[in-house]
Amino acid sequence: MSLSINDVYKVARLARLGMTEQEAQTAHAQLLNIFGLIAEMQAVDTNGITPMSHAQDISQRLREDRVTEHNQRELFQAAAPQIKKGLYLVPQVIE
Amino acid sequence: MLNSSLLQLGAALRSKEISSVELTQLYLHRITALNSKLNAYITVNEEMSLAQARAADVQLAQSKTHALTGIPVAQKDIFCAMGWRTTCGSKMLSDFIAPYDAHVIEQFNRVGAVNLGKTNMDEFAMGSSNETSHFGNVKNPWNNNAVPGGSSGGSAAAVSAHLCAAATGTDTGGSIRQPAALCGISGLKPTYGVVSRYGMIAFASSLDQAGPMARSAEDLALLLNVMAGFDERDSTSLQRETEDYTRDLNKPLNGLRIGLPKEFFAAGLSADVAQAIEASIAEYKKLGATVIDISLPNSRLSIPVYYVLAPAEASSNLSRYDGVRYGYRTPEYTNLADMYEKSRAQGFGEEVKRRIMIGTYVLSHGYYDAYYLQAQKIRRLIAQDFVEAFKQCDVIMGPTTPTTAFNLAEKNDDPVQMYLSDIYTIAVNLAGLPGMSIPAGFSGNGLPVGLQIIGNYFDEARMLNVAHQYQQVTDWHTRTPQHIEV
Repeated sequence: MSLSINDVYKVARLARLGMTEQEAQTAHAQLLNIFGLIAEMQAVDTNGITPMSHAQDISQRLREDRVTEHNQRELFQAAAPQIKKGLYLVPQVIE
Repeated sequence: MLNSSLLQLGAALRSKEISSVELTQLYLHRITALNSKLNAYITVNEEMSLAQARAADVQLAQSKTHALTGIPVAQKDIFCAMGWRTTCGSKMLSDFIAPYDAHVIEQFNRVGAVNLGKTNMDEFAMGSSNETSHFGNVKNPWNNNAVPGGSSGGSAAAVSAHLCAAATGTDTGGSIRQPAALCGISGLKPTYGVVSRYGMIAFASSLDQAGPMARSAEDLALLLNVMAGFDERDSTSLQRETEDYTRDLNKPLNGLRIGLPKEFFAAGLSADVAQAIEASIAEYKKLGATVIDISLPNSRLSIPVYYVLAPAEASSNLSRYDGVRYGYRTPEYTNLADMYEKSRAQGFGEEVKRRIMIGTYVLSHGYYDAYYLQAQKIRRLIAQDFVEAFKQCDVIMGPTTPTTAFNLAEKNDDPVQMYLSDIYTIAVNLAGLPGMSIPAGFSGNGLPVGLQIIGNYFDEARMLNVAHQYQQVTDWHTRTPQHIEV
């Protein structure tokens, strides 16, 4: 396991988490410790084992194709930080 | 009244000995007096609770009642409840008013139970001490210098200190059982898929499961009857016949086979916890049970596997908090990416960010096979250990936690030490099995010890029977902390 400080910045960027240099250094040390704990896993022979993604072997349910939800835009947008005329406002992304 | 079981409270309500409004006011009064000390609740809304209580009193007057009609229940602040502030213990959602009800909330509303308030919790249920909450730590009612456990620490403390009749919790790696053990109450995590996750704010979706927290197994059974049930809005909710979880409570335990995993009694288990657990096993033998030594050889890997899988799922689930549709938005930003990064950096606490970082890393290109896939393969090995074990025994027992409640701030700076406190509970979530914790004695310094009971898939009724019979011959579950008089 060789997680560098640059990896920390890269992962923070992928996760859209702003991070100061100080925070990145603390995160680096803690992540190294945590991956030290996780490393025990690597030595286990798992050849031929099917990955288990879920506790029950069930397949996705299908439902009837009918309308179940009605428009509740105003109710749901009441929780938004910024809206205008029923639209969510974000900084301009296209010049 | 405060020491009454849910059945007794229900009888008192139906016989008009007390009204739901009076009972709700009794608890609200206690919360007003004690919450500044314990911090078990994040949000209390007297008006909304009393409106529900008044409606329950109308139902009671018309005799249109259910066992829980008019009973005040505390809801973990992870469940969306319409019109209630629902924070999940995070600054990210500190102003979020839920626009709909979680299935669990709907179920309680349907039977006329009263929502008494939203209980404190670790931020996004990530923590084992309730110290990651944006709203401050909860104190253990048994010792105010100790943690209540987490993540359902507020619910556990509220039940323990009689700040509610019962409560709900959620358990992803032990978050019902561990705080139940540390606060001396009973708590049950059902089989994955028994209780709908709809409207329960997601942490690690393949592990998250809601369950009841209360003072006795009998109370848990009544609560689970309300919480369980198929819900088409949760794609992993299981379509099963409705069960009455109280049906087996009074069965004798003659011939019960209890498996004791040697891994749960190895190095790391404190002497006072071991002693209490051994005494409770001896009690079970008196009740007619036999004890079988078993092994869960891969359980030692459950912490590494969990700390790959749970953060991976969390990093994906928490990507929805972008400061656009709901939740916190930073006041100052230069462009969209800057708004995302600042909103998330300021809105999430340290532990949540740490887990998002772990999850993003293990899912990133070049590491997926080595971490995520390897963890999923070992998850199957861990689940298979239980399948083998249940060929030899009916239930598995052991300690819920390696120690009694640790002190506030004791493990704060060392995430790895904090993670290790869930050593006995995590494997159950990985396998998707039901697990519970019941009070089983006290340590030398007066802190509660929890006995963990693990059952086979869908064996909740039997586990509740096993717990209830123990509670008929012991009184650990009736003990209450000092200094909770109002």
